Amino acid sequence: MNALIPAFDFTQVIVDPWTGNLAASAWVVLMGALVGTACGIVGNYLLLRRMALVGDAISHSILPGLVIVFLIFRHVSTPLMFLGAIGAGLITVGIIEFIHRQTRVKADAATCIAFTSLFALGVVMLSVAETSGPIHLDAECVLYGEIAFVPLEPPVMFGGHELGPPSVIRMAGVTLVLIVLVTVFYKELLLTSFDPALARSMGLKTGFWHYALMAALSIVVVSSFEAVGAILAVAMLIVPAMFASQLTFHLPTRFVLTAAHAVVSSLAGFHLAIWLGCSTAAAMVVVGAILFLAAWGLTSIKRKPRLFEGTDQNSAVFDPVQGLVPKTNPE
Amino acid sequence: MGFPRSQKTWSLLTVFGWLSFAPLAQAARISDITEADLLDRTLRFFSFSDPSLRYALVGSMLLGIACGLMGTFLVVRKLALMSDALSHAVLPGVAIGFLWSMTKNPLAIFIGATVAGLLGAATAQAITSTTKHKEDAALGFVLAGFFAVGVCLLTMIQNLPGGNKSGLDKFMFGQAAAMGREDVLLLSGVVLVCAAAIGIFYKEFLVTSFDPAFARSSGLKVQIFHYALILMLAFAIVASLQAVGVVLVAAMLVIPASAAFLLTDRLPAMLALAAVFGMLSGALGAFFSFVGRNLPTGPVMVLTASAVFTLALFLAPRHGILAKWWRHRTRTRRVQRENTLKAIYRVLEDEGFRSESVSLRELAEHRRETLEHSEAAIKTLEHHGFATREGADFTLTPAGWKRACEIVRNHRLWELYLNHAANIPADHVHDEAEEIEHILGEENVRQLEKRLNYARRDPHGKLIPGLEDIHGAGARFLSGHAVGFGPPRQ
Repeated sequence: MNALIPAFDFTQVIVDPWTGNLAASAWVVLMGALVGTACGIVGNYLLLRRMALVGDAISHSILPGLVIVFLIFRHVSTPLMFLGAIGAGLITVGIIEFIHRQTRVKADAATCIAFTSLFALGVVMLSVAETSGPIHLDAECVLYGEIAFVPLEPPVMFGGHELGPPSVIRMAGVTLVLIVLVTVFYKELLLTSFDPALARSMGLKTGFWHYALMAALSIVVVSSFEAVGAILAVAMLIVPAMFASQLTFHLPTRFVLTAAHAVVSSLAGFHLAIWLGCSTAAAMVVVGAILFLAAWGLTSIKRKPRLFEGTDQNSAVFDPVQGLVPKTNPE
Repeated sequence: MGFPRSQKTWSLLTVFGWLSFAPLAQAARISDITEADLLDRTLRFFSFSDPSLRYALVGSMLLGIACGLMGTFLVVRKLALMSDALSHAVLPGVAIGFLWSMTKNPLAIFIGATVAGLLGAATAQAITSTTKHKEDAALGFVLAGFFAVGVCLLTMIQNLPGGNKSGLDKFMFGQAAAMGREDVLLLSGVVLVCAAAIGIFYKEFLVTSFDPAFARSSGLKVQIFHYALILMLAFAIVASLQAVGVVLVAAMLVIPASAAFLLTDRLPAMLALAAVFGMLSGALGAFFSFVGRNLPTGPVMVLTASAVFTLALFLAPRHGILAKWWRHRTRTRRVQRENTLKAIYRVLEDEGFRSESVSLRELAEHRRETLEHSEAAIKTLEHHGFATREGADFTLTPAGWKRACEIVRNHRLWELYLNHAANIPADHVHDEAEEIEHILGEENVRQLEKRLNYARRDPHGKLIPGLEDIHGAGARFLSGHAVGFGPPRQ
């Protein structure tokens, strides 16, 4: 066990990354924070819609989408990558809905069937494609993702200046666009997530917003992929959002907490990975999970929030205008 | 085909990342023969001379049986996503089991992984019961959190000196070819335990799966059977890891069972079918990946299972999509026919039943449609023996007359019933009657008639054809009278 967990050396773990190799450390932590924020924002909506595991499904089924795009166009650029991801994501959601609307197979089984089949298809397509030409690659990179390789990418040049690693730039762009979209369409997303019936009665197209969210999910996941891999992307979707919703009901506050969670877990995970010598992305998720556990413990110790101070829930009545109000004693 | 390695665009790295699945997949195929032709390899497969092939084949089939049995309960209990979460949650257990013995000892890994799986299930349970998070979020948290811990541990193990670490990464995608005697023994043990438990406690599992409230009221400890099921599920998952890997175990659990779910309504039949489908997928997966070039076993197994599911999805006799579509089509056509018959009755009625025949023009005017539409409708009636045609006029046959009377009667009776019994205004009853007239059976009609005191007129004052009118018409026809269908008797 002593060999497994190395001794904690403060200088080596905490100081060195920021003195010796500042730029690399900064890019890694920034990427982790961006991935956590972007995934977390989408994750908040997934959580509200009880679709957390659809995120899992889409993150797996993007694989055949990417392979097909690559086989058709023979090269990959960001738009093509997004195209493949959105296509795969929407097809997955479509298959899930087809199976569980048309037959008696329930939605959970349909989800499982759709994404495992598509993922298997992707793996088989890859290995068939591979017979016609060897692919020399690092075997473990994608399963776990390798965020530590981000600083090694040749940087994007803009007007003679080095801007930064392309995956970080792309992730930053995606995060920014996502934040803008969520701000602009805040009301629509809120209504369709919380009360689809009301949203429909107000003339909103719930179907459109559902598929728009799935498209956003696909893009966020595919951009996070290089850094965190398929399965840990699921963690980035769910864990920050769970942490935030454990602490507050208020949606905008949740977004802020999500971002905070992303930054803290990215930074702490980065140092944890250096200390233990393990996968950086996985360490970030572990820290994120620990943060959720802490929030869970904190809210359990705290007195359960009551509807009305000094009363119990049975003394509230429903008023059609004001909602729940304290029951007045008939005297 | 070839992947251009010369291409230096950095965005390619994303796909390169993806392509890195390939070496794993390559290592996972059963046979390394690439030169022998297809027939040769097929023959080699069926000669079973290769011991590693024998283990792989038997192991894959056992795996299919175990997963099919357990998957059945997952599907009927709507726990499909639990299997996905558990299969990822066992990863830290695999790492700890490895650390325990520092070799790939199947038993140590089995125990470690089972404990981790149960811990994952307990965590999900705790999250759903103590926080406001729903089951999907709890399962997602367990899936991702445990998996991350597992990845951390595995990457730390890679840095350890000593120990036989090779093959640990095969737990991701599985490698059927790497299955040895111990693995096959373990799998047969799991199959035996699962089958025995299901056989002995069949009634208990049945009732706790389908009606937990009833099970509780009859004194059964529902929770115990739930946990027993989770334990067996963990066994099945852990034993299958070696062959299909963490990512695709869920598929082997859910897909064959879902295919069986579409084919039957009875639990024993579903268990048997799921086990057979699982076994079939296992065997075919082993076969294809042996015969085909460079095909990984686990994903091929899953694709075989998906193919079986797709067949069931479309072709299942009762719940399949084609069967449903066919049922819907025949029903729609029957309703259309009956609506034509009703319209003809109304035309005859408007004329005071003076003549037997109706012209196409009259029908078209009554239904406010084109002559072509009416003609097509009449043709279908002719085809079904409900009408005969002479030029532009046509006459109902006795069968057609009978059905037309019945539909009109059903319609008017229902209107009357809604008007009387449910106090719905007379001008609001038509649309509902329009729907129900095609569904009402004779027995319901008798009850309605009795309840409405054999009333003769509907809320709009039209006469309701009675039993005598319907059958009388046939009798009159048989007796050779030229004049056929008269108005309902007052």
